[in-house]
Amino acid sequence: MSLEKITRVAGRGVCVPGNDIDTDRIIPARYLKCVTFDGLGEGLFYDVRKNPDGSEKPHPLNEPRFKGAQILLSGANFGCGSSREHAPQAIQKYGFKAVVAESYAEIFFGNSTTLGLVCATAQRADIAQVAAALDAHPQAELVLDVTAQELRFGSQSIKVGIRDTARDALVNGRWDPIAELLEGAGAVKATATGLPYLAK
Amino acid sequence: MSKNLFEKVWDAHTVRTLANGQTQLLIGTHLIHEVTSPQAFGMLRDLGLKVAMPHRTFATVDHIVPTDQFAEPYADPLAQEMMDALRQNCAEFGITFFDRGTGKQGIVHIVGPEQGITQPGTTIACGDSHTSTHGAFGAIAFGTGTTQIRDVLATQTIALGKLKVRRINVTGRLGPGVYAKDVILHIIRVLGVNGGTGFAYEYGGEVFDRFTMEERMTVCNMSIEGGARAGYVNPDETTFAFLKGRPYAPKGAAWDAAVLRWKSFASDPGCKFDDVVTIDAAVIAPTVTWGINPSQGIAITESIPDPAKATAVDEKASIEEALAYMKLKPGAPIKGTKIDVAFIGSCTNGRLSDFQEVARHLKGRRVAPGVKAIAVPGSQGVRVLCEQLGLDQIFRDAGFEWREAGCSMCLAMNSDKLVGDQLCASSSNRNFKGRQGSPTGRTILMSPLMVAAAAVAGTIADAREVFHVSAN
Repeated sequence: MSLEKITRVAGRGVCVPGNDIDTDRIIPARYLKCVTFDGLGEGLFYDVRKNPDGSEKPHPLNEPRFKGAQILLSGANFGCGSSREHAPQAIQKYGFKAVVAESYAEIFFGNSTTLGLVCATAQRADIAQVAAALDAHPQAELVLDVTAQELRFGSQSIKVGIRDTARDALVNGRWDPIAELLEGAGAVKATATGLPYLAK
Repeated sequence: MSKNLFEKVWDAHTVRTLANGQTQLLIGTHLIHEVTSPQAFGMLRDLGLKVAMPHRTFATVDHIVPTDQFAEPYADPLAQEMMDALRQNCAEFGITFFDRGTGKQGIVHIVGPEQGITQPGTTIACGDSHTSTHGAFGAIAFGTGTTQIRDVLATQTIALGKLKVRRINVTGRLGPGVYAKDVILHIIRVLGVNGGTGFAYEYGGEVFDRFTMEERMTVCNMSIEGGARAGYVNPDETTFAFLKGRPYAPKGAAWDAAVLRWKSFASDPGCKFDDVVTIDAAVIAPTVTWGINPSQGIAITESIPDPAKATAVDEKASIEEALAYMKLKPGAPIKGTKIDVAFIGSCTNGRLSDFQEVARHLKGRRVAPGVKAIAVPGSQGVRVLCEQLGLDQIFRDAGFEWREAGCSMCLAMNSDKLVGDQLCASSSNRNFKGRQGSPTGRTILMSPLMVAAAAVAGTIADAREVFHVSAN
């Protein structure tokens, strides 16, 4: 299984501001009633994007000028709450390839990386600077350089951070660890022998 | 060199270092449920992989089960489809399934300890963030996504970076009417919803030494609400006494060997922590949330925060957003806020002792007119024990609905949902916008006895007053 080496993500951006955006808000629990991840993009931010009758509420993702964005900007502690992988799945299936936020909840970060959804951190002021640029030029292309840990837009750029282990996995095409974990089967057996509770 | 429990368990389960620097960590115990596992089995099939150690994965069904209906097919065809998928997957891959017909079904974090599957010095993973609950036994237990469920099924390992460890001491003695739930709500209020990011929390101090296993579970359960992926308490005699005689606990000579081994995992005296926080139990009051994340809590005697008095960065905007959603007035007392629904249950507070403590005070009292009150045992085992003690009758007589076991209104994936902007006094763990099934529904988190007090008063109330709680 060979995976894409994700060294950069280029595309338009949109900012969904706010701190502590939890996974229930990213994908409400009723969308978890499924046995596949197909179609989860529809439910992304549903209850803050839409009224119960399906009409739209004011929300950045509903603005025509931001349609087709591939890089999502947000605040601190993004993805807190539940461990549901449905959250990064919904973000990815909606069309995003990367998130740039002040910080992430631990489980969300891990789930996203394993899907090849890049999660980069940035300073609040820098995110605000990008958001202001997007507001003025929503069609402008952003380039998230994973290797250089930089987000470029127009003639400007900001520093971003991507945790070493995640960056290594992304740029070397091993963000889905299954192949490497399977290779360790012999070592797993050896470790298991020292753990009596694993005996049948 | 002295080590803490986290380091010992981590080292004992480390398989090797992966190319990106993460650890391939052996997961000794894997718990699965119907919501986050079906896609993982799908991935296994797509890759042509088998389950590496089927005897170390245990399944139950909890999130989607109706609590007002036992017979199948369920009214909700999607719920039935998920139920059927789990049954089929367990049968196909040889996994033990605590199905509803077994009498052992329940919320995964209640079933594991109840069966004696959750043991000290082990690693536990489950596709559910409240897996931190199992840390109460001195296990390192964390929630994972679905792709990692696939990894555990296929390899009995996951790729993970090592966490730092923060020791949280709670010293002294809790006041009357103050419970484990108040302790964790207070800790999250003090340290914040993301204060634990990158950490495992080790809980200790006199309060934890005295706590029962069920109380320890309540605290460890909500570690994730403080951002900590794992939380644990060192194993001690309380732990061993709880486990002894449970179906999956070792027996005979194996029991003695296991206890010796379990003791060896406890943090060494003088071991190092990355951070230490000490909290005086005397400052912890019955705590209720007023906002839209679990750190937005206050003592029942306090007033709702006023954004005009906010000092920290973002605090003003965050209070304003929360109060607008909660429809609460700044500066007003939280006590007296009218409620519509009272919910006792969940993996946080759906255990026998939770129902016992409420029943002790609720006996002879009535739920206020207009309040819908539901009591949902966390497992079939809890339900049976409650019924043997006649607790169900006390709840019914008071006007509570007594339900079948499941997650129920904690996340409302079944038909137990708030309607419109109903306000719910809830013993669950999350007060996020829309959490309890209505996009405008409102949740106030609190201990089970505080929920009962709110149900009886019809408003957010101080259980110490409603039930005349004095020193035990």
